[in-house]
Amino acid sequence: METIGKSIIRKEALDKVTGTAKYTSDHLSLPMLHAKMVISPYAHANITHIDLSEAWKIPGVRAILAGEKFPLTGEEIRDRPPIAYDKVRYCGEVVAVIVADSPAIAKRASSLIKVNYEPLPVVNSPNQAYENNAPVVHENIDSYERIKNVYPEVNTNIANRTKIRKGDMELGWQRTEIVVEADFSFSPSDHAAMETRCVIAEIREDETVVITSSSQSPFMIKKLLHVYFHIDIGKIVVNVPLVGGAYGGKASVQLELIAYLASKAVHGRKVKILNSREEDLITSPVHIGLDATIKLGCSRDGVLQAAEILYLFDGGAYSDKAVDISRAGAVDCTGPYRINNIQCDALCMYTNHPYAAPFRGFGHSEVMFVFERTMDMLAKKLKMDPIELRLINAIKPGDTTPTQLAVNKSNVGNVSECILKLKKIMNWDEGSIKQVSNTKVRSKGICCTWKNSTIDPDASSGVTLTFNPDGSINIISGVVEIGTGTKSVLAQMLAEKLKMDVRQIYVQMEVNTKSTPDHWKTVSSRGSFMAGRALLNAADDIIRQLKDLTACILRCSKVDLEVGLGKVYLKDTPDIFLNIKDICYGYMYPNGNAIGGQIIGRGTYIQRRVTYLDPETGAGNPGPEWTVAAQGIELEFDLLDYTYNVIRAATVVDVGKVLNEKTALGQIIGGMSMGISFAGRETFQFDQAGRILNPQLRTYRPLRYGEHPKYEVEFVETPVIDGPYGARSAGEHGLIGMPAALANSLSAAAEVDLNQLPLIPELIWKTKEGAVDDSL
Amino acid sequence: MSLSEGMKHQFYLNVNQEERSVVISPSDILLSVLREQLGLTGSKPGCYNGDCGACTIDINGTPIKSCLMLAIEAIDKNITTIEGLKDTPIQKSFVEHFAFQCGYCTPGFIMNCNALIQKHPNASDEVIEEWLESNICRCTGYKEIEEAVKSVLHSNK
Ligand code: FES
Ligand code: FES
Repeated sequence: METIGKSIIRKEALDKVTGTAKYTSDHLSLPMLHAKMVISPYAHANITHIDLSEAWKIPGVRAILAGEKFPLTGEEIRDRPPIAYDKVRYCGEVVAVIVADSPAIAKRASSLIKVNYEPLPVVNSPNQAYENNAPVVHENIDSYERIKNVYPEVNTNIANRTKIRKGDMELGWQRTEIVVEADFSFSPSDHAAMETRCVIAEIREDETVVITSSSQSPFMIKKLLHVYFHIDIGKIVVNVPLVGGAYGGKASVQLELIAYLASKAVHGRKVKILNSREEDLITSPVHIGLDATIKLGCSRDGVLQAAEILYLFDGGAYSDKAVDISRAGAVDCTGPYRINNIQCDALCMYTNHPYAAPFRGFGHSEVMFVFERTMDMLAKKLKMDPIELRLINAIKPGDTTPTQLAVNKSNVGNVSECILKLKKIMNWDEGSIKQVSNTKVRSKGICCTWKNSTIDPDASSGVTLTFNPDGSINIISGVVEIGTGTKSVLAQMLAEKLKMDVRQIYVQMEVNTKSTPDHWKTVSSRGSFMAGRALLNAADDIIRQLKDLTACILRCSKVDLEVGLGKVYLKDTPDIFLNIKDICYGYMYPNGNAIGGQIIGRGTYIQRRVTYLDPETGAGNPGPEWTVAAQGIELEFDLLDYTYNVIRAATVVDVGKVLNEKTALGQIIGGMSMGISFAGRETFQFDQAGRILNPQLRTYRPLRYGEHPKYEVEFVETPVIDGPYGARSAGEHGLIGMPAALANSLSAAAEVDLNQLPLIPELIWKTKEGAVDDSL
Repeated sequence: MSLSEGMKHQFYLNVNQEERSVVISPSDILLSVLREQLGLTGSKPGCYNGDCGACTIDINGTPIKSCLMLAIEAIDKNITTIEGLKDTPIQKSFVEHFAFQCGYCTPGFIMNCNALIQKHPNASDEVIEEWLESNICRCTGYKEIEEAVKSVLHSNK
């Protein structure tokens, strides 16, 4: 391999270090109007009155949207008004939008809108939502339109229930000799991308709707605008330039709807809406929370026998993507182990919290925290080494997944190899806990993870390749460059395939839904898998056309031809060839006759044999493959004040094939950093009325420089046979195990089970005090 | 975001070694003026509140969060934005060390690192940390940024 695996510099690198890289908000054009939102200070309340009179008095106000009933929206259940009507269901919900000549005017006018609320009882956690007498967040769930395979339960807060029923629970419990039971919980948090969401919308004279958005889902915006507002789908054009961090949070379609309505209110004039940091944290969708109860049993030899799990996902006020996240939590409801008897209910609960968007890992860091923490509790009770327990149970070809899919060498990575490598990196044999001074202990914790994707079964991706007259090629793909470097990796794949210099390949960074082939969404780490397959098909298409043309010109059979190094040549006599640059725009005979024309390659990929899940048992094939990993954390814990320092974080991940080493490392390490931050410190603080107390980056505080540990990453390469060059997805997998590994390490250090997040010293103190109280 | 629509006046700002005329009111934030009037969109808004560092620029050799400074405060000062840096070692080092992913925090980090390198060519780990903890990067694990800045600092020695 020439190009694959190398750390080739990304295509947009120079733009990004010189300040010329353009993001949505960098598009300045005059004249443009500006929108500002008014958001609810209450988590649950009736809107009794809205007074706009003072706001209208400000010169330069062009439109105010409030108190109007717009079509309901939502990806699976249409339960969400784009702007609240009659009622608010979360703190931060949009109740009015002002459109004005400048951001300053819009802001001033927004402060003059008076909204009267009548507060209602608040549902402040999924556990509370699940109680029989809980207030109901949506009274009429059965009246909402919804897609197939969603099952809201009337008169409850249950938006959807996914059931996993595998094996025979009775038998499983019979064989169980050791059992642990535990409860877990954590509140919603956020993606906190550095670029706040921004949308520019306009409706042109011919009714074309043009949206520019910082989004992971341009094609979904197009589809949903069509579905919600009955706009002809061909008249919707969505542009996405570079995106300044997304992590799943920009996969939801939310601000685009408001921008569209705002533009409509001013007769289609161009309107820009840029989230303030506060709005970006709480008004736009957030990272999901979870309450969980688990019972896990094994026989005395450590073989897992039965798992009974209840996951109550905090979908928040509106179901949108949370239904799907809870479904993903069911699909991979256990760690990557052979467990023959599983009963799991994964519920998407309505609460009065901000609603959830996908978050890097899509439900997996959440359920792996629960399951892998429980594994450590089980190991402790068994008096078995946690690594040993995981090795005994690691899933292998011939086993089945919770959705009863047979595992083979290709569709699931090698868990045991990951564990064994991690064991070495962590110097596990030297012991996992050590007193280093009178007041400090060093402690190690590990976990295993896996993840498949649960995107729509018919999700697809397309790529077009066009030649330039010098034989260089442009790649046009619907993958959004959100920071993962996927488009540069596509260039590497093409260079490899056509045996050409990667510098001869250009990548169109921006997506325009009119001229760019569809890519379902840039989510679920599926960019390089799906677009990669589409790209390789497009390359085959080019090769076929080049050979056809050359066969005609050189008067030979096309099977005798080979493409590479800028040439089409005879396999057995390579000195007979044509330069690609001389034929990629057609070929001209000496007398002026010409044949061919610009060569344009096209390729598509659609997921293969993915199914919906059986509503009663969950059986089915959720996606193309599982990436597996083993992860560990070593930290130093202060026995007096319960503070700690994460010293190093390690990941061994089976990526199938490393396509670009530094890009892959960056993805894994970036994920680990985000996971440590989420697990160790990030959460929204809700008061009893469901109001959020910390919607700012100084009170909601992600990891900063200097707070980062030493990172160690190793790869295992078990190819997925139908992946491009055998590569598995890897964008999320660094993050997934960090909460569990951190919690396991800290639980060992503090000698108490820490089953909540974030793992701040106060939680450790409270849990320890609680444990002391219990023992009295 | 020009938060006030009050009286506007013409002033000159010295940006990237050019004299640029701007029409501003006293309450206009430097970040907004740079972006909206001068088209220098390399400096990014992330919070307008001093918390994220994405808007960091250089004023007379000191990194400053341009969302916390009024444009009129910058009159008679030397303003350098990311657009004013050309082929500096730190830019090259960021590329080589893969010290960015989405790139949104990058101009702010580079401006901060560049000033650090000028002021403290022998910066210790503590000094580097003290300087760089004012910026947030949500994509990388800071490891690559650490490597990028240290490789320039150490090559100075
Ligand atoms: S915009 Fe965040 S610090 Fe200036
Ligand atoms: S590269 Fe995305 S925030 Fe730093």
